[in-house]
Order: sequence, then C-alpha cells, then structure tokens
Amino acid sequence: MNIPKDLKYTPEHEWVRDNGDGTVTIGITDFAQGELGDIVFVELEPEGEEFDKDDVFGTVEAVKTVSELYAPLSGEIAEINEELEDDPELVNNDPYGDGWMVKFTVSDKSELESLLTADKYEEIVG
Amino acid sequence: MSKTTVFYENHKNLDAKLIDFGGFEMPVQYAGIKREHNAVRNAAGLFDVSHMGEFFVTGPSALELIQHVTINDASKLKVGKAQYTAMCYEDGGIVDDLLVYKLAEEEYMLVVNAANIEKDWEWITKNNSVGAELENRSEDIALLAIQGPDAPAILQKVTEKNLDDISFYSFDIGDVAGESDVIISATGYTGEKGYELYIDTTKCDAPVIWDALLKVGRASGLEPAGLGARDTLRLEMGLALYGNDITKETHPLEARLGWLTKFDKGDFIGKDALLKKKESGLSRKLMGFEIDEPRAVPRKGYSITDESEKEIGFVTSGSQSITLGKGIGMGYIAKEHANEGDTIYIKIRKKLVPATVVKPPFIKK
Repeated sequence: MNIPKDLKYTPEHEWVRDNGDGTVTIGITDFAQGELGDIVFVELEPEGEEFDKDDVFGTVEAVKTVSELYAPLSGEIAEINEELEDDPELVNNDPYGDGWMVKFTVSDKSELESLLTADKYEEIVG
Repeated sequence: MSKTTVFYENHKNLDAKLIDFGGFEMPVQYAGIKREHNAVRNAAGLFDVSHMGEFFVTGPSALELIQHVTINDASKLKVGKAQYTAMCYEDGGIVDDLLVYKLAEEEYMLVVNAANIEKDWEWITKNNSVGAELENRSEDIALLAIQGPDAPAILQKVTEKNLDDISFYSFDIGDVAGESDVIISATGYTGEKGYELYIDTTKCDAPVIWDALLKVGRASGLEPAGLGARDTLRLEMGLALYGNDITKETHPLEARLGWLTKFDKGDFIGKDALLKKKESGLSRKLMGFEIDEPRAVPRKGYSITDESEKEIGFVTSGSQSITLGKGIGMGYIAKEHANEGDTIYIKIRKKLVPATVVKPPFIKK
C-alpha cells in the first residue's frame, strides 16, 4: 500500500499536502482509488467556494460506485485540477501526483494538526 | 464467514480484489472493470460464477414440480436444452429468476442466484407435494463462464466436442481440458457469444479448466473478469438482476418478463394473481433509460421524477456504460411516463438530470 510519509491523511481516505504558502493540495489515497476502481469522472465545486471542515466539496463517480469528497479542513477552493475533466483516470494512475483534486486556501491552520500522520492512516487501512 | 469457491487460489494468484457477494468471497475485479468489460466485448472474458446454486430435480414427478413452481412452460423443454424462467409467490412477486436444464427424461437441473440458494431451496421443498426427488448440489458444482466473440474459438481448443453443434440455450456434456462430464452450456449473462461450464468438483479438478482456458486464451485477449464487469455487461444488455430489478415486491409482467409467463400451461404458483394483474393493467413498468448529458451516473435507489420533480419511479440498476460512455440505467416508471422516447428526470444528489426512456438492450448485438 502506497502511503507517502510526507502527507497528512483523513479517515475518509483523503490526503493533504501542506504547500507551506497557506494552501494545501488535496486528493484521495491509493487505497481509496483502489476501492473505487475505474473512475469515470470527478465533480468538484468551483474555485472560490468556501467550506467548513467535513463539508462535501465534490464527488467521485467510479464505474461501480459513487463517493463524496469531504473537506479535510476549512477553507476556500483556490484551484481545481482541470486535467481531471478529460482524464479522470489520472486519479487511478497517480493518486498522489497528477491525480490531485483541489488546492484549498486554509482558513484555520490549527486544523492541520488534527489530520492523521501516515503511520496512523496506515493503521486504519491495515 | 464467507464461503469461497474452488477457484479461490486462482483468484489470489491473479491479485483479484475480493468482495462478499451473496455470502461468497468473490472476485469483483482483476485488472479493472473497464479493461475486463472491453475484453468481453472485443475478445473474451473468463468468469468464476460458482456461487450460483444448482438443484437437481429427478423422478417421475420432476416435471410436475417444476411446472408448479415456475412460470415458463418446462414441458416444452427437450433433453439438451435450457430455459430461462422465474418462480413467483402466490401474490405474483418474484422468488427468483433461474435456468432449467433438461439433462435427461425425468432429470432436471435448476440454476438459481447465489443469494437466494437457501430461500429457493426452502420454497421448492415446501411446494414439493408431488414428491419429486430433490438434491441441492450447489456446494459440489463449480461454474465458469467464458464470454465474448472469441470465446467459442478459445474453448474449442480444450474440448473435443464440436461447439458449433451447441446452439444458443442448448448444452452438451463432455471433456474440457481433460476433465470429464462437464456441462457445456451455450448461455451467458453478457450478451456475447459464450458458454457456461458446470463442473462437478467431486469428479473433476476444476482449477485445471480455469488454468487451461487462460493459458490457451491469453494470446487471443482472454482476461479473467470479475463480478464488476459482469454487472456492467449485463446492464448494457438490459438483463435483470435479482435483488435490483426484480424482487419479491415486483412481478414478471411489470418487469418485462411477460414473455416467460405461460398462462396456458396449466396451474402454477402465482398464476391467479398474475392473471388479475394482467386484466387490471400495469401501473408501472421496468424500462431502461439513457442519460444524454456527460458526467451523470444513475445509481440504484435514485428517484425518477417528471419535470415538476414529482416522483414517478425509482432506479433499480445504474452505471456508466463502458461501451457507450454515458450513464444508463433501469427502473420502474409509472406507465404514463414509461414509453420509449419519453423524457424522465433522475435525481442525482441535488440535481435533476434529464434522461430518455429506452427499451433495453442498450447496445444491439
């Protein structure tokens, strides 16, 4: 199971990268893409939308099932990954790289500390 | 604790993703649903469907029992033929859909859905007042399906039986990959050419057949395929799935299985209720629909509405069609909205997405 050490995680199988400039990049984990199977599209709320932690900011439709995306922390969508519109399988092929979903401008930095470390996340997915 | 099939080690070796399905640990996918789906449409796929149940009905009153519990006319079956049918409750609700094989005079095999094995067994034994001999051999019989345009050529490489002689919904019994007495049935659940192989594991080494097929088929593009692809393939053909499209809350006439319902064959369980429903007319119908806009996938349980958001039905199966690249589904729709070409609306989360009613299959074969 691929769980990069330098990322933070949520129990909903999302990863968060602190970009160090007040923004974070968010995607779903390798485990999540594997569970979903072939992804057919990713629907994301538009740039500029604000979310509280745990709000739904998007939806991932796979052939077999659908899954919602929950904001891992409070903030505003600064950028969405436009590539996913034509190429949703990027999420399957490169979940921590080209398959990223959104960048958030973080509104409360302390929430970063509530996220799981790679080791903790690994315990969850076992 | 889930049961496993005799091919469990084969699935493990192929890195299959296993899920619980009807009490069995079954492969949902190997390399991915899309790839497996396309392999079946363009070349061939090999499925383990050993979780299906097999009941043997024998003796002088075998036919009488089958006629009593099923809605199709099994008296029309000749030895060597299979028939698609269903069992109904007294109220016309569906117990299960199944295949009946006539193996010999006074000897039949019923093939039922995995999740319904226990329920069906109880139902049939309870209604066996004529004293037919019944045997539940679900645990002994393994079942493989090889499906796709290249399936006949691949299977022909490992059997002496001339597959050209086995027409659709017929079967023969013979050796496959050196294993004896395999029922080679020209049936399937994908809309493609292909066969289902019933293998008696008390006499045969079933994994030998799995391995032999993959070995001779790989060069032609044969892929192991899981239940995920099985579901998208059957949905594109508009084939009903028990638990989704047909249940005890639905009856054959509204499920577009009227063609199975043979009112003229004599008495059978559910006949009176179904006749009444036929006379009073249907209030809803199981139809297919296609979503025309991209990026909208219908799912089981979603509401179907009219343009004013009034509920007129519900989705029973839905997915992205891998062949068509758009959302397709089936659902029960109020009769006045269930005509081909009608516009209906699927409630996908907060959005109402327009869809066009179609009569399945979604792809023509």
